[in-house]
Amino acid sequence: MFKEILKDKFAGKALIILIVMYLCIACANFIAPYSKDFSDRNQAYAPPSPVYTMTENGQLSLPYTYNYVRVFEPKLYQNVYQLDRSEKHYLHLFVKGEQYKILGIIPCNIHLFGTDKGGRFYLLGTDINGRDVFSRLLFGGRISLTIGFLALFILFPIGLLYGGISGYFGGWVDIIMMRFAEAVMAIPSFYLLIILASILPANMTSIQRFTLIVVILALIGWAGFARVVRGMVLSIKNEEFVQSAETIGASKLRVIVKHILPQTTSYVIIAMTLSVPSYILSESGLSFLGLGIQQPDASWGNMLKEAQEYINILYRPWLLTPGLLIFIAVLCFNLIGDTVRDILDPKGKMR
Amino acid sequence: MKMWKFIFKRILQTIPLLVIVSLISFFIIRLSPVDPLAELRLNPSISQETLQKEKARLGLDKPIIVQYGLWAKSFIQGDLGVTSAGEKVSVKLAERIPNTLILTLIVIFMTWSVGVPLGILGAIYNKSKLDRILTILSSVGMAIPSFFFAILLLIFAVKSGWFPVGGLTSYNFSDLSLFGKILDISKHLVLPVTVLFTLSLAGLQRQMRANMLDVLDSDYIKFARAKGLSENKIIFKHALRNAINPMITLLGFEFAGLLSGAALTEYVFQYPGLGRLILEAVMKSDINLVMASLMIGSIMLVAGNLLADILLIITDPRVRS
Repeated sequence: MFKEILKDKFAGKALIILIVMYLCIACANFIAPYSKDFSDRNQAYAPPSPVYTMTENGQLSLPYTYNYVRVFEPKLYQNVYQLDRSEKHYLHLFVKGEQYKILGIIPCNIHLFGTDKGGRFYLLGTDINGRDVFSRLLFGGRISLTIGFLALFILFPIGLLYGGISGYFGGWVDIIMMRFAEAVMAIPSFYLLIILASILPANMTSIQRFTLIVVILALIGWAGFARVVRGMVLSIKNEEFVQSAETIGASKLRVIVKHILPQTTSYVIIAMTLSVPSYILSESGLSFLGLGIQQPDASWGNMLKEAQEYINILYRPWLLTPGLLIFIAVLCFNLIGDTVRDILDPKGKMR
Repeated sequence: MKMWKFIFKRILQTIPLLVIVSLISFFIIRLSPVDPLAELRLNPSISQETLQKEKARLGLDKPIIVQYGLWAKSFIQGDLGVTSAGEKVSVKLAERIPNTLILTLIVIFMTWSVGVPLGILGAIYNKSKLDRILTILSSVGMAIPSFFFAILLLIFAVKSGWFPVGGLTSYNFSDLSLFGKILDISKHLVLPVTVLFTLSLAGLQRQMRANMLDVLDSDYIKFARAKGLSENKIIFKHALRNAINPMITLLGFEFAGLLSGAALTEYVFQYPGLGRLILEAVMKSDINLVMASLMIGSIMLVAGNLLADILLIITDPRVRS
């Protein structure tokens, strides 16, 4: 399947982009020039640092940058950033910077790129607290790109078992279980999402909050999935291999889990790849409203929160980069999901 | 008549559904640690009398099952309590529901009148250049986060100055003539409609294309072709009718998706709809308002599904047997 995805014109590229993205967030500590909490209060909303490869007299030089200094402009009555041209700061690969831990154990302070001492290099500018947007994009990606998957790993077993039991037992069990699932589906999902997120107590650690957001996301989606599984189980449960398992004397749970549910594998894979994007979007929407991941933790959604102000979107376009990354990630997942469906679903092959 | 029996049965089915929905939402909200009257107590402009009335209505000292009974009774009677600002929840909802309905109905109408033809085109010219372009465009449309797209449109609106930003009416709305009022509202609707239209169009086009391809592949279409019918007749007279039926079921889901999607869009554009109301209520932990708008949102969703199913019962005789 992997090879077939790579062969596809769009999905192949999408897969490569996603792999690069996941590698980047996995090595976020190394690639990011600053840590996620690093902030320079004097450099709020600094624009991206320019990179020069020519000296003033037109000679080629190693890439260098200048620091920004904040100057108060009395005419405009606001702070503006000017380049401090008195001192050049050369860019280097593998510079020593802030300490971090590889895999949480081995201490290390080498970063992929950075400037020499005293220089500041903001690839994508800074936010309101003077934090490097590029670094925070990488750390935010860790949350935004994994939260959907984690939610799916909670949601799918629940949905499978729920749909399996409901479809296999039938009768009253089926009626009650399905009415409940339909009721969950009848609540507008985003309304439910914000209400559940809003009743989370405020004084939680970021890990607790992250876990609970995952659980909430999972709570939203299981019902629709369970319904489809139930429909499939209904058609599978009368097949001969199920009857033979029953005659041998396998317990009901064993028949459901070992014999019936494996038949739904291809649907599960398709549904999973196709629903990752919606969870990425839900998380970012939630954090965008301030109900999801909270500061100082970064997620693409809560970074975009700053784009709610007109001034920011008009004069500080670098604050919009998280939105672009969400778009790219979701697009890639969609393209791969479509191709996976075409491969696994023989009916889809005709299309 | 058989059809009416089916429709009646379908309507009856929604009643237990709504009861379960209300149970779920009631327990989610009541089990949260928030005191439903805290905001009211803090508001100095709320009289003791109103507070006592609310206390009696909610029955907070009684067991939770009784509380649910009391709440359900007052909900059916149309008494939804007061917001933390002291206004009547029912009045507030009555203001917002039409706005959300206008928005979603316009969007549904537009997506259907554009999405269905585009889906048919994609299916007829399957794997052609046109189909490829449509597929790419729909993938892009599905991938844009609604709030991000809304922000981008806001930049555009602010920079070009063509469209008013925020709200549904201008400040001088009451002075305008009837025509001016309609024009004013439509100007305010352009941006939110564009966002929701783009988002739902993509999914609809895909679904229609897939349905049409399924139908075009079936035996009776092959038979019609073998019989020598013109391609136009095959597509519009025979294929379309069957391809559109699953779309009617989808209509209900689309309505649901729009209610959810509209919340973020309404928030960015400051559009006075139900989605923004519930968001503001959630942020202010205004329990009465949250509970009522959650219920109303669910009722709208259930009603949307119901309408879609009734339409299907009317159009597709196979559902009735």
